[in-house]
Amino acid sequence: MANDDSEFIPDEDSIGFVETQQVTLFEAPNELCLESGVRFGPIDIAYETYGTLSPEKDNAIFVCHALTGDAHVAGWHAGETKKPGWWNDFVGPGKGLDTNEYFVICANVLSGCTGTTGPSSIDPTTGKQYGLHFPFITVGDIVKVHSALVEHLGVKKLLAVIGGSLGGMQALDWAARFPDQIAAVVCLAAAAKLSAQGIAFNVVGRRAIFTDPGFNGGEYYDAAEGPRYGLALARMVAHITYLSDVSIEDKFGRRLQNSSHFEYNLDQETEFQVGSYLHYQGKRFVERFDANSYLCLTHAMDYFDLTEEHGSIRVALEKSNANFLLASYTSDWLFTTAQSLELVSELVKGKRNVSFVELTSSKGHDAFLLEIEPLEQLVRPLLKRTRLEMVAQRQQKSAEFSGGKHDG
Amino acid sequence: MGKKRYCMPDPQAAITDELLMQQIDRGSRVIDLGCGDGRLLEKLRDDHGCSVQGVELDLSEIYTCIGRGVPAIAMDLDQGLSTIPDDAFDIAVLSQTLQQVRHPAAVLSEMLRISRRALVVVPNFAHWRIRKQVALSGRTPVTQSLPYSWYNTPNLHFMSMADFRELAGRLNVRIVHEIPIIAGRSRRRAWLPNVRAESLFYILERGDADDSSTSA
Repeated sequence: MANDDSEFIPDEDSIGFVETQQVTLFEAPNELCLESGVRFGPIDIAYETYGTLSPEKDNAIFVCHALTGDAHVAGWHAGETKKPGWWNDFVGPGKGLDTNEYFVICANVLSGCTGTTGPSSIDPTTGKQYGLHFPFITVGDIVKVHSALVEHLGVKKLLAVIGGSLGGMQALDWAARFPDQIAAVVCLAAAAKLSAQGIAFNVVGRRAIFTDPGFNGGEYYDAAEGPRYGLALARMVAHITYLSDVSIEDKFGRRLQNSSHFEYNLDQETEFQVGSYLHYQGKRFVERFDANSYLCLTHAMDYFDLTEEHGSIRVALEKSNANFLLASYTSDWLFTTAQSLELVSELVKGKRNVSFVELTSSKGHDAFLLEIEPLEQLVRPLLKRTRLEMVAQRQQKSAEFSGGKHDG
Repeated sequence: MGKKRYCMPDPQAAITDELLMQQIDRGSRVIDLGCGDGRLLEKLRDDHGCSVQGVELDLSEIYTCIGRGVPAIAMDLDQGLSTIPDDAFDIAVLSQTLQQVRHPAAVLSEMLRISRRALVVVPNFAHWRIRKQVALSGRTPVTQSLPYSWYNTPNLHFMSMADFRELAGRLNVRIVHEIPIIAGRSRRRAWLPNVRAESLFYILERGDADDSSTSA
């Protein structure tokens, strides 16, 4: 595909070609103090930005990616013209996150495998990959790194933090941890904690990786083959949780892959289309994702619990004056509407500004990535209004300041 | 179509909003059930310094609320308000909506669970014109802003001043004020209100509030 690159022209309504940037933060002696107590640094951060930061620096939006996402939200990378960024339909000129108006930032998460320091990065003290010597990472640690990146980019207050699933958890954690750094929080298909059912699926995924002979205790980087079967299986199981019964039925039904009738052959592992699809998803995932990163990030997701950390969701979020916008999806059974409503209830109790909608979709948990139109309709007025509020606050502050000077 | 039919009061009537504004103290925490485009809450926030929350079923109205900076939760009043915690608000407003919910008694009880005080505006179906219309033409009343017939009207329940009092008694709800709205104006000491009022404005509190305070 890379050969066709010279002829490839990105859609006119897209941001076009983009590049991932790198920065190193938390260098000694300013290492990051992780929630586990370990001090860790330096940390390389891979990030992308779209649009232009306003002179007032009041138009920055941080996008938090989900479990296996990366910093490449929108546009195309040169040489990889098969697929645009993972939220290309939502981020770009004139789109939901309008890059003509806003400065959009996204970074790969700490312990990821697409440019930000993670288990597959080289440990400077040993000259070898960290593997499972990589420290235990939490959602809070991920957010601390992103928050530092935002400061590094010269942004004091973000207009909004937006994310779905694990990205939504990051947005919530951000509001709890750095309440003064965000003016709006958009939390999609997420919750204050992962359900026991969600943890159960992560357990199965990790089990598949651990029991793969290629895993070798996480020391597989020099081997010809890592735990590719285990990682693929982990993805297959997880992928089912991102769909819904209706979406699988619509997409595949009971249709067979290569034949119109059963083979009655036990050697035939995948006869049904849904089987071939899941195998394909597993295979593709192994090509782009590191098994140790998968272990780190599923653990981070399992550990996330606003109640555990702060006593209650209300207490966790009551220091934030942000405009909260939450959305759940009718067919999402990984992060249910009931879980979003728990957040709504606590935010109301804490007298926060909270808007909530349950959007109708048959697409399951993945709906937050796919149902772009209702998302645009929700997010556009929120951003516009929140920015007006930021401007008003700034004017009030400067009026107070000049008033203060007169008094003095 | 030749005969002009009596029209129920417009739910969007600014007059009702004004009356509601008068009854809501500055700085109150207010929830508007069926807040529509958030117009009333916006005014309460900007002019009265209230802390506001909307509840609305229609998504397109919610988008408008968000654009106004009025937080709004998409919820069907008939599915219950269990998401809203007890005593979370000083005042709950329900304007021209009670007659449209499936379970008005449940909604009233919920309002006084989540807030200290409830402000309720309901149409009075015992208004003399309606009585006359039903008696003479044998037709059901139709509203101006919601020009529905009986088979597709959102107004599921027909209550009068006397009916509402009876329900309040059953639910142990204390009627703090009962204000008839006649010809678009509040008339506290009106003559024959159950015949002359097109709408009724109620200020309600929990009936057991006094009992508990005396027993404490």
